Amino acid sequence: MKFLILAAATLAVFPAFPSFAQDVQGRNLAAGCAICHGTEGRAVTRDVVPLAGLPKEHIVTQMKAFRDGTRPATVMHQIAKGYSDSQIDALAAWFAAQKR
Amino acid sequence: MKRRDFLKLAGAVSMAGCASAVPSRARVVVIGGGFGGATAAKYLRLWDPSIDVVLVERENAFTSCPISNLVLAGYSSMQEISHGYDALRRHGVQVVNDEAVAIDATKKTVRLGRGGDIAYERLIVSPGVDFNFGEVQGYETAMNAGRVLHAWRAGPQTLALRTQLEQMRDGGVYVLSIPQAPYRCPPGPYERASMVAAYFKQAKPRSKVLVLDANPDVTSKAGLFKAAWKDLYPGILEYRGNAKAVGIDAASSTVKLEVEDVKGDVLNVIPPQRAGNIAQQAGLITTNNRWCDVDWRTMESKAAPGVHVLGDATLSAPAMPKSASMANNHAKIAAAAIVEILGGRTPAPMQILNTCYSFVSQKEAIRVSSVHAWDEKDRTLKALPGGGVSAARSEAEGTYAWSWARTIWADSFG
Ligand code: HEC
Repeated sequence: MKFLILAAATLAVFPAFPSFAQDVQGRNLAAGCAICHGTEGRAVTRDVVPLAGLPKEHIVTQMKAFRDGTRPATVMHQIAKGYSDSQIDALAAWFAAQKR
Repeated sequence: MKRRDFLKLAGAVSMAGCASAVPSRARVVVIGGGFGGATAAKYLRLWDPSIDVVLVERENAFTSCPISNLVLAGYSSMQEISHGYDALRRHGVQVVNDEAVAIDATKKTVRLGRGGDIAYERLIVSPGVDFNFGEVQGYETAMNAGRVLHAWRAGPQTLALRTQLEQMRDGGVYVLSIPQAPYRCPPGPYERASMVAAYFKQAKPRSKVLVLDANPDVTSKAGLFKAAWKDLYPGILEYRGNAKAVGIDAASSTVKLEVEDVKGDVLNVIPPQRAGNIAQQAGLITTNNRWCDVDWRTMESKAAPGVHVLGDATLSAPAMPKSASMANNHAKIAAAAIVEILGGRTPAPMQILNTCYSFVSQKEAIRVSSVHAWDEKDRTLKALPGGGVSAARSEAEGTYAWSWARTIWADSFG
């Protein structure tokens, strides 16, 4: 549970870090993405972008661009439509906190 | 059971007749090492390493149904679709190479085929499907004589079907019969028809693929499949809806439909399916004598408390296919819920997603995707608006289909 250790360490330095409950929410939302982006966002092939350790803002921007159709895609435009702003925020924060 | 497994489990397994051992830390037993069970075992260990996870699986390796249709065409190999359990062992999962033959949900024990009981705190049953051979008269006799195959559980039958296709004369007829939905992998039969047609086109161009579908029409990605067949396999692939197989005559190599008989050189009849035998044996089947209803917030069985059922064996939620992607996602619901329950907390419902890629030629694929969320009013998972299929078949989707396969294999078994 690397993220737990990381979360605990981050908590000590930044008291404003999201609570454990939110971390579980992000983890659970992100778990579905693993079938294409790899366990904990560590990609298995070179055909998809590894999400682990990507800046949170980048993930949020891309997900919203897929959702509103400004970034063309084979699949992500359909997947992104299933996630609200706050869900995107939670999963992006979780991926950003993962080791590459 | 291998001696090594037995020694590790010495505290866990008591020989038949002895009192079952009480585990010192919470133990979750997982029955079935497919996409559902393997993923659940791995994610339980990832999300709470204090949980003792025992996976009971009768095979030494898993053979993936996804990509197995490409083996039939010669575009992939048995080796490529086989996945062992060593990586799960490295995650700290105790893999027991044995068959679970009985479950006692009151005593919370699982009986192993070679003797002994394993005690559990929570049980996950991910049994896949077994077949209702009896619904197609003469099936088992013909199958035992090697005259009909289903190859709907990837493994020896996949290889046997490949061999029959290779040995078939040019000008022969391959008959593929599809049961009424629901069955494992809705687009799978149509992908298989496409792959065999691609092989014939290249190697035996006078041969035919005859699809006999018990359903009135193609049940998944219909427009995309039919466009591919029209463009790529005219004169090779013929599709007939409302054509339900009711019997097989091995001697004349014939599939009997309700109104006529159809002769073929290679008979590939996919029988109707139900939750795997152990689910039936343990009384987990709740619906139509076939499927296991669950609470979609936790995957807990509606028939047995403390028992979670995953994958193809479940009574699917609305618009939810029986797919590898779904079984993998079911496993994550169960793993997250069990971690919360064992920690004394209440699990929150999870949102999950599905994607099924299907090849229509060696390089081109098509896809369907959906996101499923808990609906508090109807108390089930429902497909959210926004999902859909590929714009068109493409090599890009083909590349992503391979990427998905390699990635989900690694996510579930790696
Ligand atoms: C079915 C496979 C699949 C699933 C599931 C999936 N993705 Fe993707 N993802 C892709 C593909 C393929 C691309 C490339 C764009 C495209 O063609 O859709 C991509 C691209 C992305 C990108 C853009 C990365 C970049 O820097 O360019 C992000 C961010 C992303 N996905 C996030 C997610 C998240 C978050 C989830 C889970 C909610 C998810 N993906 C689930 C296949 C998938």
